[in-house]
Amino acid sequence: MVTLDKLSKTYNKGSVLAVDKVSFEVNKGELFGLIGPDGAGKTSIFRMLTTLLLPDEGSATVDGFDIVKDYKSIRNTVGYMPGRFSLYQDLSVEENLNFFATIFNTTIEENYDLIKDIYVQIEPFKDRKAGKLSGGMKQKLALSCALIHRPTVLFLDEPTTGVDAVSRKEFWEMLKRLKTQGITILVSTPYMDEATLCDRIALIQSGKILSIDTPQNIVDAYPDNLFAIKAESIYYLLNDLRAYTKVKGCFTFGEFVHISFKDKSATNESDILAYLKEKGHKNIEIKAVTPGIEDCFIRLMTEETN
Amino acid sequence: MKQFFSFVKKEFYHIWRDKRTMFILLGMPVVQIVIFGFALTNEVKNSQIAILDNAKDEASSTIITQLDASKYFEIRQNLHSYPEIEKAFEAGKIKMAIVFPQNFSEDLHHLNKAQIQLVADASDPNVANILTNYATAIIGDYQRRINTNNVLPYTIDTETRMLYNPQLKGAYNFVPGVMAMVLLLVCTMMTAITIVKEKEMGTMEIMLVSPMKPIMVIIAKAVPYLLLSIINIASILLLSVYVLEVPINGSIVLLVFESILFTLVSLSLGLLISTGAESQQTAMFISLVALFLPTVMLSGFMFPVENMPLPLRIISNIVPAKWYYSIVKSVMIKGLGLKVIWKETLILAGMMLFFLTLAIRKFKIRLA
Repeated sequence: MVTLDKLSKTYNKGSVLAVDKVSFEVNKGELFGLIGPDGAGKTSIFRMLTTLLLPDEGSATVDGFDIVKDYKSIRNTVGYMPGRFSLYQDLSVEENLNFFATIFNTTIEENYDLIKDIYVQIEPFKDRKAGKLSGGMKQKLALSCALIHRPTVLFLDEPTTGVDAVSRKEFWEMLKRLKTQGITILVSTPYMDEATLCDRIALIQSGKILSIDTPQNIVDAYPDNLFAIKAESIYYLLNDLRAYTKVKGCFTFGEFVHISFKDKSATNESDILAYLKEKGHKNIEIKAVTPGIEDCFIRLMTEETN
Repeated sequence: MKQFFSFVKKEFYHIWRDKRTMFILLGMPVVQIVIFGFALTNEVKNSQIAILDNAKDEASSTIITQLDASKYFEIRQNLHSYPEIEKAFEAGKIKMAIVFPQNFSEDLHHLNKAQIQLVADASDPNVANILTNYATAIIGDYQRRINTNNVLPYTIDTETRMLYNPQLKGAYNFVPGVMAMVLLLVCTMMTAITIVKEKEMGTMEIMLVSPMKPIMVIIAKAVPYLLLSIINIASILLLSVYVLEVPINGSIVLLVFESILFTLVSLSLGLLISTGAESQQTAMFISLVALFLPTVMLSGFMFPVENMPLPLRIISNIVPAKWYYSIVKSVMIKGLGLKVIWKETLILAGMMLFFLTLAIRKFKIRLA
């Protein structure tokens, strides 16, 4: 449905490399996630796929259309929701939806079944100006507007950034329901915890793809045993762990520090406990944990930079 | 077509909901006409003058009465000595002083020759000129009357006729100017902002990923402002005719048609600026500096183009307002028809096509 072949994009006359030979494929009806921090190149990829930017090198197709040659066909069929709220703030909810329906040569009635689940939640506010909606409601309206012409592929650029936790959860549930309608969805997010909600994900960092697979496979591919350690002063804990020669990777994860070891020795746990006690740490807690997407991402990222 | 109307409707919502801007758009022409009509007039009326009458005889008092009776002068003070004249000018209260010598009447009747001194404040040379001319005319009038009995051997009377504007009203000059200025301001500035605004708000990003064609976006953006401008044209013409008493001597249909043509030129120019500019400030700045100033300076409305140095005269040809100003003067004031202004009309039409084509071609179909 969507294919990228060594797609590259630079800015400032080639001095900034935003997207570096990215290739992947998204299958029909798939919910595909592009996961990476700010500045990783997610928006650039989305803008190239939605024909808003021209790639410097490589090629890509959306729904069988080339992103450069057939840009007009792509613009007729895809749905796009930019990262920034981009509807008319001085138009009401209903006027916005009506407007986007008309410019895509359709009506709200025609595709109401597709947006119904989402739209009913904002319908009580249909006379309110879009600029006066809350963050979550804005996202729902933007999604409704992007869906109103029943697109074949839906591009959602960081749809949950700046949205509260409850609305985020609701939003992902909506995406799952849309998938059942056969719409291919590409979504980007900087939140690692949202990765598991996708069918397949691509981890991206500095314009490069680190890994592409199902979230489960990515987690399963984590090679090391992972431990979470907690102590009174997380700052000194981190410093001491970094200085410890047996530690391979170590980074903070909430109130814990996640570490992996260079070898899989059975005495790792007791060794490090002794080391930290010797360094004067108090209330030390250590437990084995199963790695998450974030652990995988950080491991892949450090591998890439080394 | 439904897309197009939906877009126009959306543009109307934007304008209608921004009450302040709409008020400016529709109120500006009214305010400008009133300001130019009543406050910024360059006609000379009721100028304050002072009299130093050393003669105090029959002839001098007759002349003084006639000066005072005319609508141009108002006698503010009577002076008693020569040094007082300078003081009165320094106080800034008077524009001119008139000095009668002693024995004015006697000299006039017996020597057949008398002198009157007119002292004018020439810090504004035009006003000083006009005032001395008026005063000379009034004095000449008096002279002719006392001469009716004794016939002079040779006299040449100049008879002046002011064509098209017999009363020399300033309004005849500035109404065409204000029309050019207001239409250009409203149309260019507002359309210049409108496309950039969509870029700034991010709505352009969605608009591009839609079947909307650039030409449709551009035309749909222009339509609401065209309608607003027609309202403005109507209000300016109504005010001119009924408040400032400037008649429409030519065909009103032709005048409205030419005004719409000029509006279209301004709209196209605004759209061209908008497709190129990156921010609303830039768009505003370009329309102000690159359009407003040349319009005021080079259209012939404030300063006659004929008196300018050659380079400026050449540049003035690319100022659309210059052509429109000349059209309005011809049609409205002189009552001429299309036969006389076809060249200007063609130039405006050409400019419109040029700007519009350029705007459509410059419209970015992508973000960068």
